[in-house]
Amino acid sequence: MNRHTLSVLVENKPSVLARVSGLFSRRGFNIDSLAVGETENPDVSRITIVVNADSSPLEQVTKQLNKLVNVLKIVELDPQQSVQRELLLVKVRADRAQRSQVLETVELFRARVIDVAPDTLTIEATGNPDKLDALLRDLEPYGIKEMVQSGLVAIGRGSRSITTGPALRAA
Amino acid sequence: MTRPTPETLAHRANPATVAAAASASAVASPVPTSGAGSLVRSLEALGVEVAFGIPGGAILPAYDPLYDSKVRHILVRHEQGAGHAATGYAQATGKVGVCIATSGPGATNLVTPIADAYMDSVPIVAITGQVARPAIGTDAFQEADIQGITLPITKHNFLVQTAEEIPRILSEAFHLASTGRPGPVLVDIPKDVLQAQTTFTWPPALDLPGYRPTLHPHGKQIREAARLIAAAKRPVLYVGGGVLKAGATDGLRKLAELTGIPVVTTLMALGAFPDSHPQHLGMPGMHGSVPAVYALQKSDLLITLGARFDDRVTGKLDSFAPDAKVVHADIDPAEIGKNRHADVPIVGDARHVIDELIAAVGAGNEKNSYEAWWATLNDLRERYPLGYEEPTDGTLAPQYVIERIGELVGPDAIYVAGVGQHQMWASQFIKYEKPATWLNSGGAGTMGYAVPAAMGAKVGKPDTPVWAIDGDGCFQMTNQELATCALEGIPVKIAVINNGNLGMVRQWQTLFYDGRYSNTELGTHKHRIPDFVKLAEALGCIGLRCESKDDVDKIIKQAMEINDAPVVIDFTVGKDAMVWPMVPAGTSNDEILFARDVRPAFEEDDL
Ligand SMILES: Cc1ncc(C[n+]2csc(CCOP(=O)(O)OP(=O)(O)O)c2C)c(N)n1
Ligand SMILES: [Mg+2]
Repeated sequence: MNRHTLSVLVENKPSVLARVSGLFSRRGFNIDSLAVGETENPDVSRITIVVNADSSPLEQVTKQLNKLVNVLKIVELDPQQSVQRELLLVKVRADRAQRSQVLETVELFRARVIDVAPDTLTIEATGNPDKLDALLRDLEPYGIKEMVQSGLVAIGRGSRSITTGPALRAA
Repeated sequence: MTRPTPETLAHRANPATVAAAASASAVASPVPTSGAGSLVRSLEALGVEVAFGIPGGAILPAYDPLYDSKVRHILVRHEQGAGHAATGYAQATGKVGVCIATSGPGATNLVTPIADAYMDSVPIVAITGQVARPAIGTDAFQEADIQGITLPITKHNFLVQTAEEIPRILSEAFHLASTGRPGPVLVDIPKDVLQAQTTFTWPPALDLPGYRPTLHPHGKQIREAARLIAAAKRPVLYVGGGVLKAGATDGLRKLAELTGIPVVTTLMALGAFPDSHPQHLGMPGMHGSVPAVYALQKSDLLITLGARFDDRVTGKLDSFAPDAKVVHADIDPAEIGKNRHADVPIVGDARHVIDELIAAVGAGNEKNSYEAWWATLNDLRERYPLGYEEPTDGTLAPQYVIERIGELVGPDAIYVAGVGQHQMWASQFIKYEKPATWLNSGGAGTMGYAVPAAMGAKVGKPDTPVWAIDGDGCFQMTNQELATCALEGIPVKIAVINNGNLGMVRQWQTLFYDGRYSNTELGTHKHRIPDFVKLAEALGCIGLRCESKDDVDKIIKQAMEINDAPVVIDFTVGKDAMVWPMVPAGTSNDEILFARDVRPAFEEDDL
C-alpha cells in the first residue's frame, strides 16, 4: 500500500465534508490525514486527504468521490512535484538546565518558540511529515507534555494551478 | 459566467427532463407566495402529475397549497408505500416519481424505498418536512437528521435553507434524479421555510458546477470495442438495466441482429430484448438459465452494456468468465472496473454507445456467424430448457400459476414482483417482450415492494393491466396500500403465490441447513391467518381463491374481467417447489445446478 495525497476541490457548502469523509469510511478506506479550508475563491473549499491505499482501490474511491455532486475536481499530488506541509505545536519540558539544548534543536529545525513558562517551552514548526517526525524524535528525551498536529496541506510546484480550468467554470 | 438553465441541461431525451424543460420554458412572472406555495408551484412547473404521501406537522404547510393544485396527491397508508409507489411510477413511465412525508418517523419510513431506488437507479424525488430551523439539532419533537441518514442512499440530497431557493433546488433535484445514472434525490424543507414569505420565479438557473455526466462515448474506445468484437469467437452481449433506462432497446436489437451475437439480459433488464428472440439465451445469475450462465462463463468477449457485474450475476468473482476480455459500457464511470477489470472501458449513455457500436461494427469486416459457438449454445438450450416438475403431492405448482398468468394476460401488461421464489419464477416463466413491462426490486431485494410499486405503475399507466406477482410473506408487509388503491380507483391485480412460507428462505434451509425450518412457516396454509380473501374484501378489493390446477385459467380470466376494483387472488400452492437452476451463493457459476443434485454436463472439448 502506498500513501497518496488527494486535493479535492469542493463547493463551499454545509454537509460537503460529511459527504466526503463518509464516503471514505463507507468504502472501507482509512483517512490518515484531512485538512480543509477556503481557496482563493470563497465559493470553493479545498480538502487535502492523505490515504494509504493500493492504486486500483484508490481509483475506485476517486471515481466515487467524483460522483458527489458538490465535488468539483480531484487531483492526486505527486510528492516529487508538490510541496507538502503540516503544522505542529508541541509543549516540551525544559527547565533552566535543559533550556539551551532545546533551543538549539528548535534552531536546527528552523522551528519557533511561541510560549515560554518556567518549566516548558511551546514550539511551533511547519514542514513535511518527515521533518516533523525528526523534530519530535529529538524533543522526545526532554519530555513531550502535549502536542497537536494539523492535517497535511499540499500544493503543486511550478506556475500551473489546479483551481482554474473548465472543471471550475461556475466558480 | 452564465449558469446552465434547465433547457440547456436537458441533453437527454428522458421524458422527465423534457417535461421539466418544456414547462420551464414557460416563464412565469414573479408571484408573491409562501415557501410552501413556491414548492407546489415548482412541482407544477416541473410537470409533476402525481405525488404519493402522508401529511404531518412539519410538512403540513405544503399540504395547504397542494389542496387546490393540479398535482394529484395520493394519500397512502404508510410512507414506505409512497416511496415504492413513486418508484413503480418512475419505472413504468420513465418520468420522475415523487413522494412526500413529514419529519422524523415520516421521513425515516421512506428510508427503505429510497435505498431500494438507489440500488436500482430509479429516478425519484422525496420531499420531507423538517422541524423549523431554530429547532434543528435540539432533538425537537419529530426531528430526524434525514439528510444525514440518507447520505449513503441518495444520488444527492438537500436541506433547504431559505424559501428563495426552493424553485432552484426542486429543479436541481429533478435534473439530478433523471439524468446521468438516475437515482433518488431527497429534499428536506424546514417548516419555517415552508411558512416564510417569498417570491416564486420560474425558470430558475441550475447551479450544479460539479455535475457533468458523460453521455457520448470516446470514438477511440468504440473502435477498440469493434476490433475486439470482430476478433471474438465466443462473444456475448451482457445487457443490464442501463439499456432500458437509456431507451436503447431498439438499438440493442439492431446491434444483436447485425452481429449475430447471443444476448443475455439481467434481472433488471428483462424486456430489453424480446424473450422470444432466437438470439436470447435468458437471464444469467444465481437463478439464471443454464445457457445464459454457461455463455458468460465460457465467453471470450463480454460486451457489457449498462450492467454492473453484480455478485448475483458473477457468482464467485475470481472464477467468473475466466477467458473473457471485457468491453464495459456504463454511464457511471465508477461501475467500470469496480468488480471486474475492463479491457475496453466506455463511459457513456447506452443509447449513444449502442448507436456508435452499430456504426463501427457495420463498417468493419464481413459478418462472423459464430457457428461453433451457436452450436454449443443451442445444444445446451435443448438439453437444459427452463422447466419444473409437476408436484406429486397433488398441490398446485406455483410455476404453472405464474406461467398461465403470463400466457393469458400477455406481453403488453406490466408485471411487478415481490422478492423471493415467486419473483424468480415470475422472471423465468413470464415472457417479456417489451421494455418497462417487468418491475422488481433487484439490487436491494425489498420484500413489500410489489403492492405499492404496482399501485404507482397503474397510476402512471392507467390503461395498461398491472399484475403484481407477490409472495404470502411480502404481501403482508405492504398490503395496506390496497386500501389506497380501492379508494383512489387504482384497479391493480395482485396474485399472491401463497406457499405458506417464506419460501426462498425455506429453500435455502432445505438445501443448506438440513431441512431445519427455523422461522419460515407463516401459517397462511395451516391456519389461513390471514385469510387473504377476507383481507382483500376488508381492504375494499375483490378477493378470489384458487387451489386447483383446473381453476387456474378460469380465475385468472375472472380477475381480468374486473376493472372497477383491485383484485387479490390467493393462489394456494405447494410449499415444496424450488427455484431451479441455482448457483449456490458464494460458489462459482461452474457449479450451477439444473435441478437438485443435477449438474449439467458441459462438453469442454467443444471449445
Ligand atoms: C425486507 C426484507 N426482509 C427479509 C428479506 C429476506 N427474504 C428474502 S426472500 C424472503 C421470503 C419471502 O417470502 P414470500 O414473500 O412468501 O415469497 P416466496 O419466497 O415464498 O415466494 C425473505 C424473508 C428480504 N429480502 N427483505
Ligand atoms: Mg411464500
